[in-house]
Amino acid sequence: MKIINFLKSFLLIDFLKAFYLAQKYFFRKKATINYPFEKGKLSPRFRGEHALRRYPSGEERCIGCKLCEAVCPAQAITIETQPRDDGTRRTLRYDIDMVKCIYCGLCEESCPVDAIVQGPNFEFTTETRKELYYTKEKLLENGDRWETVIAENLEADAKYR
Amino acid sequence: MISLAQTYFIEVMTIILYCLLIFVPLLLGVVMALYADRKIWAAVQKRRGPNVVGPYGLFQVPADGLKFIFKEIILPDGSDKTVFLIAPIITLALSITAWAVVPVQAGVVLANINVGILYIFAISSLGVYGILMAGWSSNSKYPFFGALRSAAQMVSYEVSIGFVIITVLLCVGSLNLTEIVMAQKTMWFFIPLFPMFIVFFISALAETNRPPFDLPEAESELVAGYQTEYSGMPFVLFMFGEYINILLMCAMTTILFLGGWLPPIDIYPLNAVPGFVWFLLKVTFVFYLFAMVKAFVPRYRYDQLMRLGWKVFLPLSLFAVVATSSILFFFNLAPGM
Repeated sequence: MKIINFLKSFLLIDFLKAFYLAQKYFFRKKATINYPFEKGKLSPRFRGEHALRRYPSGEERCIGCKLCEAVCPAQAITIETQPRDDGTRRTLRYDIDMVKCIYCGLCEESCPVDAIVQGPNFEFTTETRKELYYTKEKLLENGDRWETVIAENLEADAKYR
Repeated sequence: MISLAQTYFIEVMTIILYCLLIFVPLLLGVVMALYADRKIWAAVQKRRGPNVVGPYGLFQVPADGLKFIFKEIILPDGSDKTVFLIAPIITLALSITAWAVVPVQAGVVLANINVGILYIFAISSLGVYGILMAGWSSNSKYPFFGALRSAAQMVSYEVSIGFVIITVLLCVGSLNLTEIVMAQKTMWFFIPLFPMFIVFFISALAETNRPPFDLPEAESELVAGYQTEYSGMPFVLFMFGEYINILLMCAMTTILFLGGWLPPIDIYPLNAVPGFVWFLLKVTFVFYLFAMVKAFVPRYRYDQLMRLGWKVFLPLSLFAVVATSSILFFFNLAPGM
């Protein structure tokens, strides 16, 4: 046994085997994608950048119930509410600190009117920290921009919820 | 009438031109080697490697170089600043100097000296000084340990490299690199001296601090070894020196064992190709092997490294010297006999 081991190491058998293996993998299909030019498939449940949605009429969905603020484990959400002229309660401020946020998706789950959602966008890096403190305007704008995709994703995932 | 000053001027300009003729292709070679290294490594791991900057990511390395040039050169507070800055310069200068005697084609060599191989051996032994100086002057523990390891490793493996070179020289009868190549006209030396070829290849890996012998830079224990405190331009100089050394070792393997610029078979379409093309192809092939080894061999432990150098390669190459010379002597094959 000792002699066989000696010959094995002396004739570099393991080395040659490894070389063969490496050579085989050399020509395999790449496991990575060409990221900025190609993108991987995202699940409809993907939890990316937040957005506040509107009803088709243009009325904002959020009723200021503060469930998301209460459930947020990172305490990233701050809401101030006030009754509007027509007597309904609406948010005055809806701020999400995207630096604190842990993207757990609990705000989306807790929302009774599907107002706050996490869209499919994950490319929202900024150059300053300030830009990551999202305000209500920013979130609503996000909602307008991604509404089609968000609606599709919610539709696709609805039967599992 | 040409005055003395003019003669000198012409002489100096020719020398500078020759230096550029070595230096510029070498820099290009290093850029290509770095790129190839990363691409091959990536391919084995099923990744894509650099592919964004320029066509197929070819400009990634020059871009990295530019980035380094514009970065701040940090001089550690407790370091010996003069030695700290001289160390990378020495490393780079020595590694380029060694290329002066490398023949890329019959007659195409900067200095066709008759002790070429000895010269290369001496210069590459000096290379350890750059690393030692870097480690010592940084005045920090990781660079110091990296430098110690590197010095010990390079010295140990130089011994077996020396013996391997002696076996080749026994078959040639000359220290001139051009003659070493010409002696392989009938048969490349890697066929009769195959075990020595392997020993040389592995020792070359150790000599240039390539994986699996990159203990001086073992990032899991020594951060980056002797380069830890370096940044900006001095770091680039180290990097370049290292890669020029690697290319030199590839060229040495080519010259000693793979027949330098000679075509594989001396028949018409093959020997019409200019010699330096064959030389380049062979160097590329050896570098490919270097890069592949980096991709699939895990790093050696320090005592294993020393064991391999002193207990395996040294006796083996010593035995090979004795065996080769006896065979050459008893069969009357020795050159010049």
